Amino acid sequence: MSDFIGDWHALLVLLLAGFLPNEVWRMLGLWLGGGVDEESEILIWVRAVATAILAGVIAQILVVPPGTLASIPPPLRYGAVAVGLVVFVAFRRSIFLGVACGELVMVTGKYILG
Amino acid sequence: MHKDLVKVNGDRDRQDSHRTVRPLKTPKAKGNVSLPALDSPKWQGSAAAFLYGMRSITTTILMLVLFATYVGIGALAHDTHFSLFWALASTLFVWAGPAQIILLVALGSGATVIQAALAVTVSAIRLFPMVVSVLPMLRMPDTKKRQLILPSHFIAVTLWVECFRLMPLVPRERRIAFVNGLGLGLVLSSLTATFIGYHLAANLPPLFGAAILLLTPLAFLLSTARNCKQLADVVALVLGLALFPVVSLFNTGVDILISGVSAGTIAYGVHRWRRR
Repeated sequence: MSDFIGDWHALLVLLLAGFLPNEVWRMLGLWLGGGVDEESEILIWVRAVATAILAGVIAQILVVPPGTLASIPPPLRYGAVAVGLVVFVAFRRSIFLGVACGELVMVTGKYILG
Repeated sequence: MHKDLVKVNGDRDRQDSHRTVRPLKTPKAKGNVSLPALDSPKWQGSAAAFLYGMRSITTTILMLVLFATYVGIGALAHDTHFSLFWALASTLFVWAGPAQIILLVALGSGATVIQAALAVTVSAIRLFPMVVSVLPMLRMPDTKKRQLILPSHFIAVTLWVECFRLMPLVPRERRIAFVNGLGLGLVLSSLTATFIGYHLAANLPPLFGAAILLLTPLAFLLSTARNCKQLADVVALVLGLALFPVVSLFNTGVDILISGVSAGTIAYGVHRWRRR
């Protein structure tokens, strides 16, 4: 998969496992939208499950990191994200400050550790 | 959003907040929105509305978060050995950051297509209520369903939040054109970000490559935390983070799905229990 297009199998996977599963829910929303109470109990569950799946993926990236992120020692990966979260909570929920501080911790930490 | 959380956690308001039907989220209008007045002749014509929509991407701080996220996704695609075309096509057609990350991480770690598709499908259910809550703002009595297909495709968390902020400032008959402009603007910026991230991961020294990959978990953790409006969301986030490493010890191949559905269901249970 070194060239620009890559292999067709991967693009087929993108269509089947990426595009369709998302588009189906959007189009269902368009066709059935009228009769659904957006604060109904089932949608609270839906949101909770979607949030938890995303949280699981975040954990997966940190625990089993892809690519060059694997070169960062685990305590430093967890520490950087923890600092980002604390800064985010402490400074009026600023995503920008949280991300910047988390990144700073990881880069300086890795630089010092070598 | 913070206020909502306090409200849900606070004892007095807790019951009310569930009984009354509120919009999913009503972000306050802030930032420098520079749109003409509702009755201004500047709104004449769909093309003008489309351009105003496109220009509005510069008025949102969420654009920065989106950009950082897609730089991270581009880098992730590179490091999981997908082609640049694949990465750009996923941004254009999937147009949902979490789904793209789930897909990349799942396929990159050797899951089967069915396992990946299952996890993506379940995570994408959240798009349904977003579409349901946005479309009534765009609809006119004579609006045809096919006019709403493109706006529906553009709906993901960023556009959803922005619609609540901007739609009241746009004349109803121009809203579809406006949202198409805004959506296209967001997609084009994200395509640029995907491209940049992919190339940065390919060319930067490892330390900075790692820093770009860290953008994904950081930006997603914090923007998800910011979108938590009810106790159930907070519990789901914390429990989802904690449960995945445990479930992954069993190496089922659908670890994400198992940890996500259990953590989400427990969170929903806590929400039910607290309400009593």
